[in-house]
Amino acid sequence: MADFYSRLAATSLTARVALGVAFLLVFGGVIVSIAAFAYGREAARSAYDRLLLGAATGIASAITVQDGKPVIELPMSAFELLALAPEDRIGYRIMGPEGETLTGYDEIVLPSNRRDLRDGFFDGTFFGEPARFAVVSRRFAERTLNGTVNVVVGQTLIARNDMAYDITRKALYVLAASGLAMLLLAAVVVRSVLKPLETIAGGLAARDPHDLTPVDTAVPRETAVMINALNGFMARLDRQMNSMRHLISDTAHQLRTPVAALRAQADLFSDEQDLSRKEKIVERIQTRTASLGRLLDQMLSQALVIHRGDSVRREKVDLRDIALDVFEAGDHAVLNPEFDVLLEIGETPVLVLADEPSLKEALKNLLGNAVRYGQSPVRIGASLTGGRAGIWVEDSGKGPGDEVLADLGARFNKGTLSRQASSGLGLAIAHSVALAFGGELVLERTASGRFRAALLFAAAEEAAA
Amino acid sequence: MTAVRRLLYLALAVLPALFLPGATRAQEMVETYGQEGAAESLLVRSTTDIAVFGPVVEAFLKTRPGLGVRYEQWGSNELYRLTRADCRNGTEGADIVISSAVHQMVKLVNEACAFSHVSRLTERLPDALRWRDELWGITREPAVIVYNRELVPPGDIPQTRFDLLDLLRPSGTPYAGRVATYDIEESGLGYLFAFADAQEASTFGALQESFGRTRAVSTCCSADIIEGVAEGQYLIAYNVLGSYAQGYELKDERIGIVLPSDYTLVLSRALMIPKQAANKEAAEQFLDFLLSSEGTLALRNALLISPLLETEEGNEGEALSSTALRPIGLSPALLVALDALTRETFLRRWRATFPGP
Repeated sequence: MADFYSRLAATSLTARVALGVAFLLVFGGVIVSIAAFAYGREAARSAYDRLLLGAATGIASAITVQDGKPVIELPMSAFELLALAPEDRIGYRIMGPEGETLTGYDEIVLPSNRRDLRDGFFDGTFFGEPARFAVVSRRFAERTLNGTVNVVVGQTLIARNDMAYDITRKALYVLAASGLAMLLLAAVVVRSVLKPLETIAGGLAARDPHDLTPVDTAVPRETAVMINALNGFMARLDRQMNSMRHLISDTAHQLRTPVAALRAQADLFSDEQDLSRKEKIVERIQTRTASLGRLLDQMLSQALVIHRGDSVRREKVDLRDIALDVFEAGDHAVLNPEFDVLLEIGETPVLVLADEPSLKEALKNLLGNAVRYGQSPVRIGASLTGGRAGIWVEDSGKGPGDEVLADLGARFNKGTLSRQASSGLGLAIAHSVALAFGGELVLERTASGRFRAALLFAAAEEAAA
Repeated sequence: MTAVRRLLYLALAVLPALFLPGATRAQEMVETYGQEGAAESLLVRSTTDIAVFGPVVEAFLKTRPGLGVRYEQWGSNELYRLTRADCRNGTEGADIVISSAVHQMVKLVNEACAFSHVSRLTERLPDALRWRDELWGITREPAVIVYNRELVPPGDIPQTRFDLLDLLRPSGTPYAGRVATYDIEESGLGYLFAFADAQEASTFGALQESFGRTRAVSTCCSADIIEGVAEGQYLIAYNVLGSYAQGYELKDERIGIVLPSDYTLVLSRALMIPKQAANKEAAEQFLDFLLSSEGTLALRNALLISPLLETEEGNEGEALSSTALRPIGLSPALLVALDALTRETFLRRWRATFPGP
């Protein structure tokens, strides 16, 4: 079954259109056939009914009265008219005023029910074969004969049925021809519709593998959806490749200095004879390696954030949970145990559409910066202000100088921030996270003169949770 | 069952035979063909003279050994009544009915008395010689004028009906009382020819009037009429079946034949297989034989497919242009001829012409 569905999904567009047209033709064909047959029967019926009526009228008008008796010499023309249906048997009966048979077949009986005699026609049988009869009445008001003479003329149905079938058959020929034309037309239409797709596919196939520039969107509106999606995908790919390149060059760049310093220290250590100085050198090597470890951590988390930002599905995240988790993780205590860190969260959830680990990483870095460079006490919290959800870290110091702040802003925009020291890397991570989820990183002084670093996002609807 | 009851049944069975006029009359002649006590038998009832049709039956039996044929010759009206009674009562009658009174045959087919048969040979027949695949025209025989070669001077020989009218017009014409034609009340064929004449042209009214004025004779049966002409009892016979006339002409030099050039009626004897036929298979074979080349040859030898109609032979310049030939087609329009009231009206007019002997 699953196989069938997958095959169905992979069915070519041409096959789909062919299937649709075939279904239409079969369905329409059946309906048109039925309609054609009904029409044919009706046409045959009315045509041959007129023949019957003509013959009956001809016979009726040939009746004369002699010696008070109706006398008839059947007109040959009336029967020649009936013989236009050459294979059909003819029944007739002429009835006098008393209902007695003057001539013809007694076997033909008028329907007793007046309603069966519609417009002077009725259906009956003639020697066991179904037949159709017409009745024409002629009134005589002579001195010697007063009354109605009824002329009944009937015929079996062979010619009618032949004609009905003939009409149906011809209608079906026309139907078949138009069906064929429709199929041809459908084939042409499908080809012309699929042409742009082929052009696009050809263009893509001929492309250089590193060329991720957008495809030309001058295509039919329906395919533009696909092209736009493709362009979006390629843009994302391009972005990821760019960040990957940056990450690699940044990493190389940032690792070079500390590694070089380490090597210098190690060289010093081997050259140094004095034990007390040697110890100092070891101490320095330890600090260096610790800070190198932190740098590596941050670089890994930046890589993680960049990766997740582009690839992970957005989920509803309560920013209060993020703040609480980071607060409880207590990394700051390790970094600087003398700092007081306070958690400020409210009662109402602060929901955004984002990725939880990325947000945690960003907040962790901001907190790290605050603890490292700011002044105690540090507040960490999440709040909802003016339709924007924010998660922030606030320390009691004044923060960096205005120039530095302005400089930072400019460098965010250039994307060169990450080349700076680890504080810059922490901000870069927060900035990447903010960008990845459609928010922004705001560095400001609050009204109370404290320095606050906040990540602001559009608040998610709670109802949709 | 009591004896009284049995008597009652017997009476019921016999009564119709006693009182129905048609049933009491027997066939005119009977002949059997084929081996004595053949396992299979075929009953043919026909209006055609045994002497004429016998060779055709014999030709058929050559292709179909082991079959016995009983051939009954009937008058056309009796044959019609008998076949119709068989059909209505559902009694087993003839296997094949052949009649020159085709209007009667059309009526029988119209009343669903016939059995349908289609074969390659029947399909080759023209539409006029085939109706509903139940009735087939098997012969081609013109209605001709026969005269006595010795008694009628060459200048008097009527080539058309108008010539005949002219012959009868003068008062004291020698042809008064010496022109013969069928008694149409007795002969179904005669009625058919007269009826077809009446439909064909207005000449017939004038002719009828002339016949009446000159006390023409109406009598029965082709053979009697032709013999009468040969013997000089009649000088001219009108509307005689060409096949019989030609057969007589070959034996008797006194007989001359004219195909009227204004128009000549052509009759095709009609054959039908009654639906109660006991041996339908043999009947179908007989029909197919008659339509096959051997059968056609046999019919031509019997003059039933008349050489008079063949233009190639030229037959003393009497061959006609095909437009003058008026075949009496097998069509339901022939029903008119048998309609009781129409027939009565037609016969009343006829009786006024021939007051009777």
